Amino acid sequence: MTGAAAPAPGLGPIDVEVLRKDFPLLSRTVHDRPIVYLDSAATALQPRQVLAAMDHYYETTHANVHRGVYATAEESTALYERARVVTGRFIGAPDPAHEVVFTKNTTESLNLVAHSWGRANLRAGDAVLLTEMEHHANIVPWMILSEEVGGLDIRYIPIDADGRLVLDDLDTLIDGVKVVGISTMSNVLGTINPVSHIAEVAHRAGALVVADGAQLVPHAPVDVTALGVDFIAFSAHKMMGPTGIGVLWGRAELLDAMAPFLGGGGMILDVKLDSFRPAPPPARFEAGTPPIAEAVGLTAAIEYLSDIGMDRIRAHELALTNHALARLDEKLGTDCRVFGPPAGDDRGGVLSLAYRDVHAHDLAQVLDQFGVCVRPGHHCAKPLMRKLGVQATARASLSLFSDEHDIEVLIEGLLEAGRLFG
Amino acid sequence: MADLEELYREIILDHYRSPRNRGELDSPPAHRVEGFNPLCGDEVVVSMVVENGTLADLKIAGSGCSISQSSASLMSAAVKGKPVGEVRQLINTFKGMMTIHEASLEHDGDGADEPEEINLDKLGELAALQGVVKFPVRIKCATLSWNALAQGLDEVAAEAS
Repeated sequence: MTGAAAPAPGLGPIDVEVLRKDFPLLSRTVHDRPIVYLDSAATALQPRQVLAAMDHYYETTHANVHRGVYATAEESTALYERARVVTGRFIGAPDPAHEVVFTKNTTESLNLVAHSWGRANLRAGDAVLLTEMEHHANIVPWMILSEEVGGLDIRYIPIDADGRLVLDDLDTLIDGVKVVGISTMSNVLGTINPVSHIAEVAHRAGALVVADGAQLVPHAPVDVTALGVDFIAFSAHKMMGPTGIGVLWGRAELLDAMAPFLGGGGMILDVKLDSFRPAPPPARFEAGTPPIAEAVGLTAAIEYLSDIGMDRIRAHELALTNHALARLDEKLGTDCRVFGPPAGDDRGGVLSLAYRDVHAHDLAQVLDQFGVCVRPGHHCAKPLMRKLGVQATARASLSLFSDEHDIEVLIEGLLEAGRLFG
Repeated sequence: MADLEELYREIILDHYRSPRNRGELDSPPAHRVEGFNPLCGDEVVVSMVVENGTLADLKIAGSGCSISQSSASLMSAAVKGKPVGEVRQLINTFKGMMTIHEASLEHDGDGADEPEEINLDKLGELAALQGVVKFPVRIKCATLSWNALAQGLDEVAAEAS
């Protein structure tokens, strides 16, 4: 392999062959071929450790949290709150028990910020700075808010031909901005953005930074203090946990000052016939019965990833990304266009492809016959697709269990699509 | 790859590579309808002229996958110049073919509620698209232009009344 980053001291590269055995779904076949799962950017697969933890919880402990005084209710509450602490520590949160809010997913986390912080702090004409590579989840909530407050000035940091942010005019763009919404890693281009630099510029200008961590948190070490962001959102299911639980981390003093987003049980101190008093964060933002088993699954996923080591996972995926880019070029040449930066440190394992003039749907359909799971479409980033001048791409995304064989099957399938549509 | 060859029949690939009735008609007088598949971004623009109860002219624009584009091309060849009543029948027959799969799943083949028999002979070249029903996600690709055409005919009829 080429360009492998040095693994953490004292630890060798990860053993993919061994790790693959942890993922039951990898043992199935599709169209009589072994499955080649290259869609972890959409949703990751779960190791049996995560599934076992959730089963064990349901079989031995399940009870609603924060209510009952019986033993299983106490245990259930402890597991749920432990998930908060484990999650916070995983991203270097200074005060995990206070600052980690569980939501449904990244999208809900970003909506929470836009609607709670945004509604209280943004007025007509205020500026919001996003990037051209944002997922719809970090665009549309701001647009909805814009309609509510009578018009926000929504600006975008442009991207260059390699899919990197163009920061030359950042000082001008940031002028008057109240909040910056930025993807830590693009779900289409794989670009890992210089978030800490942008956060520094934003803070100097008096703006807050809301990071979409959905793609980076599962694949590289992330420390919210080092990143310098004010909020970060991510989902358990992209980091080998279950669907149905997402995370919003926010700086304590910001969460303390924010109004509730959803109302209901669990988020109040007191309710009278004419008023209510909200609970302190994080409970303030967790109305209703939370995803308890999912929190247990998230804990297990974080422990699984941490046992392997995020440095080693990143090193493996970076090396395989560079290998894949080299192999695609070697075997397919200019017939295959991969969007996003060339091989290098600011690139994650997301490979959005265009092959000859075969439509992404047709590519994905042919690849399916080879057992290869890729995602065709606009990846919830239509402004970016327009900028790239394409309607859709076929996206192959890597994981800690991806290997060089997966890349060869991908190439085999692309060649077949070329033959069929040639 | 047998399923794949059934999906991507030669006639489909031919219409994809060399689409018939490509372009847009001046609107007005032509009636113009856009169809979008929000899931994948496929777009189709159907412009049509209805004269004396006949679909006198029709052109297809837009872009998308082989299934959406070939289905639109095949449709244009099948309906152009036909009486509107016949076109509507063909739309129903085609959409019926595209829903066979769902119906057979629902009824689990017990024979009691079999969907109405679709006469594939009536469909001519369009029958080549029947392989799509094995790939349920792609049915929306195949029906995109047909839905736009049906909507257009409804709108023209509403304007006239």
